This record gives sequence, C-alpha cells and structure tokens, in this order.
Amino acid sequence: MRLTQGTFSFLPDLTDEQIAKQVAYCISKGWAVNIEFTDDPHPRNTYWEMWGLPMFDLKDPAAVMYELNECRKVHKGRAYIRISAFDSTHTWESLRLSFITDRPNEEPGFFLDRQEVDGRNIRYTTRSYAAASKPAGERYGA
Amino acid sequence: MPEAPLSVTSVDLGAAFDTSGVGAVLEELDRDLVGLVPVKRRIREIAALLLVDKVRRDLGLATMPPTLHMSFTGNPGTGKTTVAQRMADILYRLGYIRSNHLVSVTRDDLVGQYIGHTAPKTKEVLKKAMGGVLFIDEAYYLYRPENERDYGQEAIEILLQVMESRREDLVVILAGYADRMERFFTSNPGFRSRIAHHIDFPDYTHEELMRIAELMLERMNYRFSPEAREAFARYLEIRMRQPHFSNARSVRNALDRARLRQAVRLFESREGKLTAEDLITIRPEEILASRVFANAEHQA
Repeated sequence: MRLTQGTFSFLPDLTDEQIAKQVAYCISKGWAVNIEFTDDPHPRNTYWEMWGLPMFDLKDPAAVMYELNECRKVHKGRAYIRISAFDSTHTWESLRLSFITDRPNEEPGFFLDRQEVDGRNIRYTTRSYAAASKPAGERYGA
Repeated sequence: MPEAPLSVTSVDLGAAFDTSGVGAVLEELDRDLVGLVPVKRRIREIAALLLVDKVRRDLGLATMPPTLHMSFTGNPGTGKTTVAQRMADILYRLGYIRSNHLVSVTRDDLVGQYIGHTAPKTKEVLKKAMGGVLFIDEAYYLYRPENERDYGQEAIEILLQVMESRREDLVVILAGYADRMERFFTSNPGFRSRIAHHIDFPDYTHEELMRIAELMLERMNYRFSPEAREAFARYLEIRMRQPHFSNARSVRNALDRARLRQAVRLFESREGKLTAEDLITIRPEEILASRVFANAEHQA
C-alpha cells in the first residue's frame, strides 16, 4: 500500500529536479528546510527523526540536495524520507510544507483493528504491519 | 541535453555578447577599479570562455562546466578582497553561478576546536555558500605545519573534495599574501591543481595610488585643494619607501587622518560661517602635519 502524507500526496513521487525546485521555493520564502526520516510511518507519528540540523541561512537548493543524498546513502529503501520547511516568522512558527521524497522498497501498509466494546460500539486502531512486529531499524529489511 | 534542431547551424556571437550584459560588467570593472591590469585581463578571459560555452551549448555542442576556483595573491591592500566581493556579482551576471551571494570566511569559521568538530563546521559553511562564491581570506592559516595534530588539514580535505565533486554548485576563492600562499600551495599540491586561475595582484604605482586617493575622496564627498594634491603626492612618495606600506589601505588610512585633521581645524576656528566649499576641501596643512614628513626630515 503506497503511503500518502503531506503536500503532493496525490502525485507520483517527485524527481530530484522537482524536489530541488520545491526547495528553491522554500528558500525564496525564507523557510528553513529540514530532512527527516522514519521507519514508523503511522499517520499519527508526527515525530520523525531529523537528518542533521534544520538548514537555516541557505541560498541554494544544492546544499539540501547534497544532504538528501547523504541521507539516502544511509536510509534509502529502508525508511521513509521527507522534506519539510519551517517558517519561523512570528505567528506562523510552524511547518509550511512537507512531502515524502523516498519510501522503502516494500510498503506492507496498515492493519485495521476493530475492537468491539460496550453495546454495539466499535473502536478502530490502525497498526503498521512493518512497525508492529519488529524493532526500529529492522522494519524494512537491512 | 536534447539534440539541437538542425536548422540552427550558426549563432551571432555579437548578439549573444550584447544580450548577456557582459560588456556592462567589464566596463563597470574598468571604471571602478584603478590599475589591476592582470586581474581585469583574466576576468575578460573568463567572460569570453563562459560566453563561448553558452553559444556552444545553444548549438548543441558538448560543454563541460569550466573550473572557476581561483586564488588571489598579492601584497596587503592590493584589492584582493574588493575584487573577490565583486567576483560573485560578475559570475552571477555571466550566468555561471545561480545566486548572487558571497560567503566570506576565515580559518575560524572552518576549523573546529576538538575532534569531530571540524567536518560538520566546514560542511555547514560549504552548504551556506552553495550556489554562490566561497571566499577564504588568509587561506594559508588553514595549514599549520608546526602542529601535526592541527584540525586544519581535515578542513582542507573536505574543501578539496567539494571543490572537485561539486564544481557546478560552488566557486571557491582563496586569498592571501603571495609568499605565504606559495608555501601553502607547496605543502598542499592538491589545492594548486584544483585551482584553475592563479591571479597575482601587482603593487600599485604612484600614479595609480593618486587616482585611487582621488576616487576615494570623491566617494566621501571631499576633494584636495591644488596644493594639498601636491602635498599628498609627496607624502605618497615618501610613504611608499617606508616599511609596512600597504597600498590602497595606507592611502585610505592617510585620507582618514587628513579628514580628522580637517575636522579639528574647522572645529577650532569657529568663526564666521562655513561654506560647503570649506567642508569638502582638504588643505595642504592637513597632509603636511603627517608624521611621515617629520620622520623623513629626521632621517635626512
């Protein structure tokens, strides 16, 4: 099951050239660009690991693409990687853009658990197949 | 690269020159910077290469991005930093770099203080400079042969690697005094071979220094009285023979002191009304009060 999260989730994965253009847009807006990765892609898991520090004060997307490629060397095929852009201006102080750039080779998807409780009520839980059975770091193959 | 359509078999180099705005860049350089003939010649060459490359690309001929890393060597005050700061502007207008910015660093910004500190620090600086120009002033400080555990070597290695592999993203300019840079290159041969343009900044002649002085005054809205001009010419003659003469920088310092003396003179003779003329004119006594003249007489 193909995971969709964030901006452009309805599009096919962006090419490097397209990623660079999005990053250039973020830089032109003065946002700090971050690279994050995780192997726990539950929709409610908003805390992905950061690759390095947020990249403030950049002038050119080449630097972000360099770091993204460094991150891919370590995590490609074994984790999700996303780029996010943080707007530090007063009253925003939050993410303005976030999209997935890389995904694991296999995406087993999520199991929908239905728990029958009092009366005829049902509680739903989604569980990632990959994250449910294995510890972090081993979920999408070594 | 897509195949060029066959119909395009010739291009007008003159037209390409006109639209690129290169002419304006070169003219401006000639106007704003006095002397520096070898420097201007080299910039002209680079401009020509970039222009021809662009035209070749339009015709569908294969081109390699040229290496534009440079080293500026010369005595103090010969304009190395000034030219480097303009280099970003020039390369940007020639279309070689993507953004018009220059990151100016020294050893402190690149080399860390403990093991494992240097690499992230250097990479951080490199990332900030990407798309533009990285200017390393006093670059020879990066290499300290007297301390074999110095972290400078680590910064040098990262720099070399990035200079080689990311040529299209970054132009590195090293600057420093000629003799020390020579020693630096001798002990780091990798640097010499990765730098395509070694540009030597010659000392200014007496005549050029006078023109620089007048240009500086003009920009500050001052001017010499005819006698003051003569006095300053004599001042330069004596000063150029003395030790620690640093070309344009010495000229600027001398002018700053002259301005100071002029201000004191105006302040102490607070009689009558001052005209704009009084405020912008440097008189000979401001120049002649310099210690340089006293010392010269003393020696004679």
